[in-house]
Amino acid sequence: MSAPLIEARRVTKTLAGVVPVTLVRDIDLAIMPREFIAITGPSGSGKSSLLYLLGLLDLPTSGDVLIDGRSTTAMTEDERAEVRLARLGFVFQFHFLLPEFSITENVALPMRAQGRLSPRAITARAEELLGSLGLGDHRRKTPDQLSGGQRQRVAVARALANDPPVILADEPTGSLDSVSTAQVFGILRDLVALDGKTVVAVTHDLNLAAQMHRRIHVVDGQVQKEAVAAADGVAS
Amino acid sequence: MKLIATIAWTHVRYRARQTLVAIAGVMTGVGFSIMMAAMMEGSQDDFIRTLVDALPHISVTDELREPNRQPADISYAAAEFHGLTPEVRRPGIKNPMATIASLQTWVPGTLTPSVQSKAVLRFAGRNITISIIGIDPRTEADVSNLPNHMRQGSLHSLYRSSNAILLGDRLAAKIGARVNSHITLTSAEGVNMSATVVGTFHSGFRMTDETTGYVLLKTAQVLEKQTGVVNEIRVRTRDPMGARLISERIGEQTGYRSISWQEAQEDLLSAITLRNVLMYTIVGAILLVASFGTYNIISTITHEKTRDIAILKSLGFRDQTIRAIFILEALLVGFVGAALGWIFGYLLTRGLASLEFKTPFSDYNHLPVIYSVKHYLLATAVALLSSLVAGYFPARAAARLHPVDIIRGAT
Repeated sequence: MSAPLIEARRVTKTLAGVVPVTLVRDIDLAIMPREFIAITGPSGSGKSSLLYLLGLLDLPTSGDVLIDGRSTTAMTEDERAEVRLARLGFVFQFHFLLPEFSITENVALPMRAQGRLSPRAITARAEELLGSLGLGDHRRKTPDQLSGGQRQRVAVARALANDPPVILADEPTGSLDSVSTAQVFGILRDLVALDGKTVVAVTHDLNLAAQMHRRIHVVDGQVQKEAVAAADGVAS
Repeated sequence: MKLIATIAWTHVRYRARQTLVAIAGVMTGVGFSIMMAAMMEGSQDDFIRTLVDALPHISVTDELREPNRQPADISYAAAEFHGLTPEVRRPGIKNPMATIASLQTWVPGTLTPSVQSKAVLRFAGRNITISIIGIDPRTEADVSNLPNHMRQGSLHSLYRSSNAILLGDRLAAKIGARVNSHITLTSAEGVNMSATVVGTFHSGFRMTDETTGYVLLKTAQVLEKQTGVVNEIRVRTRDPMGARLISERIGEQTGYRSISWQEAQEDLLSAITLRNVLMYTIVGAILLVASFGTYNIISTITHEKTRDIAILKSLGFRDQTIRAIFILEALLVGFVGAALGWIFGYLLTRGLASLEFKTPFSDYNHLPVIYSVKHYLLATAVALLSSLVAGYFPARAAARLHPVDIIRGAT
């Protein structure tokens, strides 16, 4: 049996203030390779907060998040940034592409930050990723020249740039029409099925969540229930 | 580094108008700083050069370092007498030619004897008190620029007739004297002398040109009623800046009062130092004000780019990379502004140097300026430093942004 890629151990996140607010409470969770996981729950339930904690974008108030079995609590901010760059890819509800750069340059950013590939190889890989997501003809365009669905596909390509094993997506289809939603969801599903990636996506869309391997339902910052997909692939 | 530069360049390029305003601020600051430095240091250099040219670098006068002891003080260890007439000391430097010969063995420069005197000049019913300087025309050219200042006649014209005199051109004009005019001189010693004007000079300094006359040594000695007296040895050193040290050594060797040009003009040189402090304070203030523009643009960019910063950080960009992006943007503004400031400063300096001014005190009618690489480098260094500081604080704030706060706010 393989080891979890990400593991949350009694993770709690409380915002300090006059009235402290607990976003996530005592969550234990293990994310295994090649899983396609939906995090669902009502608005304000803490599902995005949980995703940010799993993605090292936020620090837990207590508990620990392990990436590849390695505790991240004691890591410096630079070490956490290094883990994000190499092991995790993010897709947000809004594409969050840099508007002044072409989409190829946007996709190239994580690779350039990592600095492992030559400039030529970086461009080639960025174009290849865009091509594989059906954006090969748009590679010189800037984000404002694309539709919402296309931009979100660029965001997926950027998340894949450094070939991370895990993609964390926060409402990736939340701002898309039904056609684009189907396209983006299909891409995420293929990443798991064809490329062996692990995808953890926060979603309000229960139909999409039902098509994922596992569904984690969060209410008031706690996991209320977990559902595992049946043989037909539908989570129950 | 290339990635940082790409992002920084893209940010400033996409805010062309704001960036240009910030660059213009730095450019103006650097330009005016260069111009001010060129003007201030130019006038200072010119002033010192003129001073050094016009005056002997060292003047050894017949005043003793310690006053002469009176006979009663020498005879009695502790005595106080009232109503005694002090012993009169014969003025002048003792054995001046031997002293000059001795100094010439080690002083790096040239020496000449002279006699300083005062006299009342009378001509055409006018009486004017003037300074009479007795010189040796053969050696005077080695210690002063008088030969170059001659308008009519030459130093050797002093040999043309007995009691010949060279007058400042303003003095000659004032009394209406011309070459070959006969004037009368009356010294403080009561000597009356008829003299012939054999030339005029123009030093460019109003005071000198209005109140000075040059005669032969022996003529001045006659006016002082002291045959063979020399009351000043003037020295021109090869390195004017080394005059102070040489002067001290001459004083120690001869026992006479020896004053370098720096010592003689100490007040003026102190004023120059004060002026330099003021100048650099103003220049610093100009560049500081320019840096506010840089701070403004970098602050604006970081404010506008908070979402991008959050994204870059979520992708795995380190804090120092984010900081470096914005500091580089500030430095870009600073460097481009400084480079344009060089051109602007050069043109301003050229423009200033071409303006004509009339001053009653001297003949110079153009502002003296100097073109020094040092000014350009200094202004650039201050501009870059100001830009660095101006960029650092917004950059630090940007690096400290918590990506989750921004992403939450955006969604």
